[in-house]
Amino acid sequence: MAKITLDKIRHSYLEQPESPADWALKQLNVVWSDSGAYALLGPSGCGKTTLLNVISGLLRPSAGRVLFDERDVTDIPSDKRDIAQVFQFPVVYDTMSVYDNLAFPLRNRKVPERQVKQRVHEIARMLDLEDLLHNRAAHLTADGKQKISLGRGLVRSDVNVIMFDEPLTVIDPHLKWQLRSKLKQLHQEVGATMIYVTHDQTEALTFADQVVVMHDGEVVQIGTPVELFEKPSHTFVGHFIGSPGMNLLPCEIENGLPSFFGHRLETVRAVKPPAGASRIEIGIRPEFIRFADQGLPVEVVKVNDVGRYRIVEVAHQAHLIKLVLPEQLPVPERSGWLAFERDKTNVYVDGWIVT
Amino acid sequence: MIDKTTNQRAWFLVLPVVVLVAFNALIPLMTVVNYSVQETFGNNVFFFEGVKWFEQILHSERFHDSLLRQITFTGIILLIEIPLGVAIALAMPKRGPWVSVCLVLMALPLLIPWNVVGAMWNIFALPDIGLLGRMINGMGFDYNFTQRPLAAWFTTILMDVWHWTSLVVLLAYAGLSAIPDAYYQAARIDGASSWSVFRYIQLPKMKRVLTIAVLLRFMDSFMIYTEPFVLTGGGPGNSTTFLSIDLVKIALGQFDLGPAAAMSLIYFLIILVLSWIFYTLMMRNEEQ
Amino acid sequence: MAIELKQVIKRVGADTHIHRTDIKLEEGRFNILLGTTLSGKTTLLRLMAGLERPSSGEIWFQGRNVTGVAVQQRRVAMVYQQFINYPNLTVYENIASPLNVVRMPAAEIAQRVRKVAELLQIEPLLQRMPSELSGGQQQRTALARALVKESSLVLLDEPLANLDYKLREELREELPKLFRDSGATVVYATTEPAEALLLGGYTATLHQGRITQYGPTASVYRAPDDLLSAQVFSDPPINTAAIRKRGARFHYNDRVSWLAQGKYAALPDGSYTLAFRPHHITLAANNRDSVSVTGKVVVTEISGSESVVHMRVGSDTWVSLSHGIHQFARDQDVELFVQTDNCFYFDEQQRLI
Repeated sequence: MAKITLDKIRHSYLEQPESPADWALKQLNVVWSDSGAYALLGPSGCGKTTLLNVISGLLRPSAGRVLFDERDVTDIPSDKRDIAQVFQFPVVYDTMSVYDNLAFPLRNRKVPERQVKQRVHEIARMLDLEDLLHNRAAHLTADGKQKISLGRGLVRSDVNVIMFDEPLTVIDPHLKWQLRSKLKQLHQEVGATMIYVTHDQTEALTFADQVVVMHDGEVVQIGTPVELFEKPSHTFVGHFIGSPGMNLLPCEIENGLPSFFGHRLETVRAVKPPAGASRIEIGIRPEFIRFADQGLPVEVVKVNDVGRYRIVEVAHQAHLIKLVLPEQLPVPERSGWLAFERDKTNVYVDGWIVT
Repeated sequence: MIDKTTNQRAWFLVLPVVVLVAFNALIPLMTVVNYSVQETFGNNVFFFEGVKWFEQILHSERFHDSLLRQITFTGIILLIEIPLGVAIALAMPKRGPWVSVCLVLMALPLLIPWNVVGAMWNIFALPDIGLLGRMINGMGFDYNFTQRPLAAWFTTILMDVWHWTSLVVLLAYAGLSAIPDAYYQAARIDGASSWSVFRYIQLPKMKRVLTIAVLLRFMDSFMIYTEPFVLTGGGPGNSTTFLSIDLVKIALGQFDLGPAAAMSLIYFLIILVLSWIFYTLMMRNEEQ
Repeated sequence: MAIELKQVIKRVGADTHIHRTDIKLEEGRFNILLGTTLSGKTTLLRLMAGLERPSSGEIWFQGRNVTGVAVQQRRVAMVYQQFINYPNLTVYENIASPLNVVRMPAAEIAQRVRKVAELLQIEPLLQRMPSELSGGQQQRTALARALVKESSLVLLDEPLANLDYKLREELREELPKLFRDSGATVVYATTEPAEALLLGGYTATLHQGRITQYGPTASVYRAPDDLLSAQVFSDPPINTAAIRKRGARFHYNDRVSWLAQGKYAALPDGSYTLAFRPHHITLAANNRDSVSVTGKVVVTEISGSESVVHMRVGSDTWVSLSHGIHQFARDQDVELFVQTDNCFYFDEQQRLI
């Protein structure tokens, strides 16, 4: 296991990148400590797979260095980096049995057969694959195959990092829960550094201790799931994380307090907009708004019952606001007032949070 | 495993093909069956002979010899063309401008008419004026394909390899390009050697196309006629007289229609059975 | 009645893909087929489309028996999980293709294509090729092609599965609106319970080739007929426990018991199955009917505002979902509260009581 440092990493797939849009990765500095669980989260095309390939050594970055602990591995090929990777679509060696699949990375490295046997059985037990060890890998279901891909990563005790590239794409929802919690459990059992790449916020937040949110080849925010949820540093993060995303209300500042269509909104801090700021917004998550006896007057537009909670759409002056209400809380018939949780209400100037 | 909605009118669309197949396959085949059980002395007078011709062919040494030659030839060219084709496909670039250049180069031999291939190689290999013939003789070998059986075999095999390896290459290349990148990446990360990559990823993924390649090459080479006929005419002696050349000699050279018909039926059955065996063997694992 | 399956059975070789099924889908409804991979969703869609013929039974479409009628002669549209567009035609030509087939006048085609493109917000892309579009835009094009025909039946087979999370969210909101305006009967197959709830309409739960329940989405979710329907319609998976009733009380595990109330008080003694959704077993007791259970933590997952605790109670493994952030160590003992008034009780035949 190792600490991973990405030092001023830049990458472009073009030979002569000119405009900023030519860069798939625009200068990244990230440090991941030993045996942590990390997630790389972003929409498709944000550069997360490129970054993953840079770490695994399948791609050499145009500039910058990759360090495992203090060792510079930028020019070291992937098979010498001692890493493991699980891909979006399960990769299994069709002609081999489950046992041989799991033993493959060890045998390639000339590990004695007795040790191979012990290790394979250990991993098979962790992944509940013991009964299938002598089946042909080609005949397993998608989640079984994905477990094998994962097992091939875990089987080596000397890996620096295990990386997951959207590993649950082809898995059914009810198995997703099982496999995801299994991953988390394995992380705690084996203590390997794990990096999980996904566009699905639920997967990222539930798996990782630290989430790196990427957008257009840049890191927008690095933080714990709670930080990303409560204090998104950019409106993009607010929108991208959470379902539905954060409400953004255009504001003006009057005496240091933001006002939305003339209504004062309480925030933790007084706001002093920097000179030249063109856009000031209040960001509040649907989970942190409740109906109250006074506050912002709104009309109820739509109530969508999604089982364990309801998504309520309300309007103030044609501006739509969404609320997430737990099942037991009532919704007013036609109109009501909204109260925002004060310390969960953030102010954004030109997209960035004001602290 | 999807059975579609049945629409009986679809049969009308197949009708022209059925008529065509009847005229160019079924009717000639039945004519052959008809000839194979009769004797004729000309004047369109036929006598029924039962299985006499079949017995005669099956016991004839001449047939045994050409069959053995045929099996040897097909065996040799399969052993050369399949591995060679796969090797060339593996060596070809995966992407970039050179891909199309390679593909066009590979396709060239396939575009040349068979008798032209025979004529080309005939001239190419002539010991006195041919480039190949001169070269080999220049190296100190006594090479003359019109007189020495070994030289004739060598030339015929070389010609077939030149002509048909491309087909295997194209099929294998198509199989290779269908393998997702993730497989190669996973193998690199697992520390697999290039031999392991070939053995556990490329070969299993190419299996289907290789089965088709083997079948096509087997059937084609088993029926080979034009090229060796133009190149060597079946000689020297009978040394390159393969089954179809022999068949034509009997049917048209000696005008023994009965034995020729019986022989072509036996020939047909051999190809059918061997193809079936090849196919089942290669597909067996797939169904387990 | 838009479409009706009467005693339909579908066998392929020795396997039965669809067991005897009767279902009626009303005109203009948004219907969801919910089930795991291989539960028979796609087969049902193909049967409705006429791409496959039932082994026995009849399919009626707008009052007409259409069993065996070819797909070309039915007014249906289908959208697949993969973005299927003609790669060598522009977006405009792609959308117009079903209309060109029926030789519609060019002016009318242009008008209809514009209208649909506007609805799906792909107007600026009409002259582009599919390869120049993002996944979301490609799927919008495929949807537009299905809509432009103004088919009375639109079949969608996991149309959002290959899209990014946020795009899915957007389209999920738009789709029911789009189809409500078009008046078409929609059948939408999905593996995700959450998606079914967001789309609303009517849901049929499927399990191994059988429709276990059909009704308004929220009521199927709130009152599952049997344990299978409850299991199919739960994300995260629903928790189950084998319980016994003795006298006035239900017993679980010899240590936990609670008073049988209301309609359950009159139940005879015996074995029952208790099922409760993860958000009905929480870290805080939020009403009087909560029963305390102690378990060992397997793993905790935190998703910003909620905590998911996977735990072992005796031989059962349960999932709990609570509001707020709560972190637990592995194998730690944790006390959770089951809201017994929100539980489902099933009899020995696994039918809801």
